[in-house]
Amino acid sequence: MIRSFLAVCAFLSIFTTLGIVAVLVFETWGFFQEVSILEYFTSAEWTPLFSEKHFGILPLLAGTLEVTAGAMFLALPIGLTSAIYLSEYAPDGARRAIKPFLEVLAGIPTVVYGYFALLFISPILRAIFPDTSVFNAASASIVMGIMIVPMVSSLSEDAMTAVPRSLREASYALGATKMEVSLRVVVPSALSGIIAAFILAISRAIGETMIVAIAAGQQPRLTLNPLEAIQTMTAYIVQVSLGDTPTGTLEFRTIFAVGMTLFVMTLVLNIISQLVLRRFREAYR
Amino acid sequence: MLQTPTPQRLRARKARGRLFEIVSLLATFVAIVVLLLLLADIFNRGLGALSWDFLNSFPSRFPEQAGIKSALWGSIWLLALTAVFSFPIGVSAAIYLNEFASRGRLTTIIQTNISNLAGVPSIIYGLLGLELFVRTLQLERSLIAGALTMSLLVLPIIIVAAQEALRAVPDSIREGSYALGATKVETIWHHVVPLALPGILTGNILALSRAIGETAPLITIGALTFVAFLPDSLSSPFTALPIQVFNWVSRPQAAFHDRAAAAIIVLLVLLLAMNAGAIFLRNRYQRRAAW
Repeated sequence: MIRSFLAVCAFLSIFTTLGIVAVLVFETWGFFQEVSILEYFTSAEWTPLFSEKHFGILPLLAGTLEVTAGAMFLALPIGLTSAIYLSEYAPDGARRAIKPFLEVLAGIPTVVYGYFALLFISPILRAIFPDTSVFNAASASIVMGIMIVPMVSSLSEDAMTAVPRSLREASYALGATKMEVSLRVVVPSALSGIIAAFILAISRAIGETMIVAIAAGQQPRLTLNPLEAIQTMTAYIVQVSLGDTPTGTLEFRTIFAVGMTLFVMTLVLNIISQLVLRRFREAYR
Repeated sequence: MLQTPTPQRLRARKARGRLFEIVSLLATFVAIVVLLLLLADIFNRGLGALSWDFLNSFPSRFPEQAGIKSALWGSIWLLALTAVFSFPIGVSAAIYLNEFASRGRLTTIIQTNISNLAGVPSIIYGLLGLELFVRTLQLERSLIAGALTMSLLVLPIIIVAAQEALRAVPDSIREGSYALGATKVETIWHHVVPLALPGILTGNILALSRAIGETAPLITIGALTFVAFLPDSLSSPFTALPIQVFNWVSRPQAAFHDRAAAAIIVLLVLLLAMNAGAIFLRNRYQRRAAW
């Protein structure tokens, strides 16, 4: 009896996944009864809330990828380099002093980062580049990049710490400097873990909501200029949720179609990350 | 790479190495500097707005009268309800997976599924909550719908943490208990769970500290942004601290931004208190664990 109750609790996680998939598939199916799937993936306009409606996901997708790319441009090099410092260079005391800061940074609610992007970073950008709009992709990217640094750093550090000492010592014995050991021996040996960390970071950035909802704007448009306002997939879902779109309408169904797109993208990335870890792990004995 | 080692080359390599050490140290400090800037900006803007009245007033159109009473209580209610739902279910699931389940395919599937769920963006949980709790079960945009959605969100974190705590209990404890004639359930209930409890609680507090800062799922299920009353039942509409912050940040007036900063300070203090609790438990637990 007790055993069955416990088993039900464990199976609840399976039901959660099934629930997510069922809800998204059901509503997305309804959406594609009225909107052609071809338009959804090829139209360059996203105006479901206007009187003249277009349902092209491309502008939202482009906005999401633009912010993500900007965030990765910061988070990956900074995260990896700080992981090298923490794993290879830092004396024990420094590591113990620095890690809590990174943990705090990782634990700050994303709405706080959104505040920082809009009210701190954006004014600085506008002072440097006067053409910048109040809401812009760059401020969201910068702050999201910083937010993701601790994640990249701690996952990569774990991978590097797992590289056995003997590899480093062999390399030192051949006369390598510490930097050469770090960059040519430790990083390549830990590469599967580092790449898995990078992919997880991308997935996290794609699904991040509050920073972009607050700071990146609500204009779905295809642009490469990071100083303009854009809209991401997640920010669109927030916009509709805050508005008074009646439930059950086509306009309302759009958030599930967008949610489905988002879910599939993050799921695929998470699975790739696990495959990379499993497939390319170097087993040291 | 066959190059003749010369003193000049060695010097250059060592210089590059020193430069790299400095660069990597600086990269580590970027995050810390930004954290300090962030905190300085928030305290600079928010401390002035922080007062007893701020904690004890409802939101208002006039920034100088606006407070976080409904948001603070909404967050506390939400947190308590989420804990009530997610703690027993999460711990039960962990006990099943760790103590009962055979190491078969089904268990592997459940484990993989749990780690995948932890990677699903929180706004997707909001869509699930909207369809399942708000619309299908007709709980409306209520406190209970919010708490149930949050529970689904934190369950994977709680299960993983509880499993780790259970795994840390050595098998000798279980075997000792069996040797004295205890049943499996008795062994788990009287020996394994009590020993793992501090670790389980630590994981729970950390999971709940994630829940208190989550905004996106609550917005998606339709939590209100302007609530001028306290929740009086499980089915009353509600708001929460992060939603209030979002609402104030999104307004154009600078006076509301100060209120947002003050609300963030309250949010961070709550988070800090929860984390301190978790660290306290962890330290006590580490001292006791002398197997």
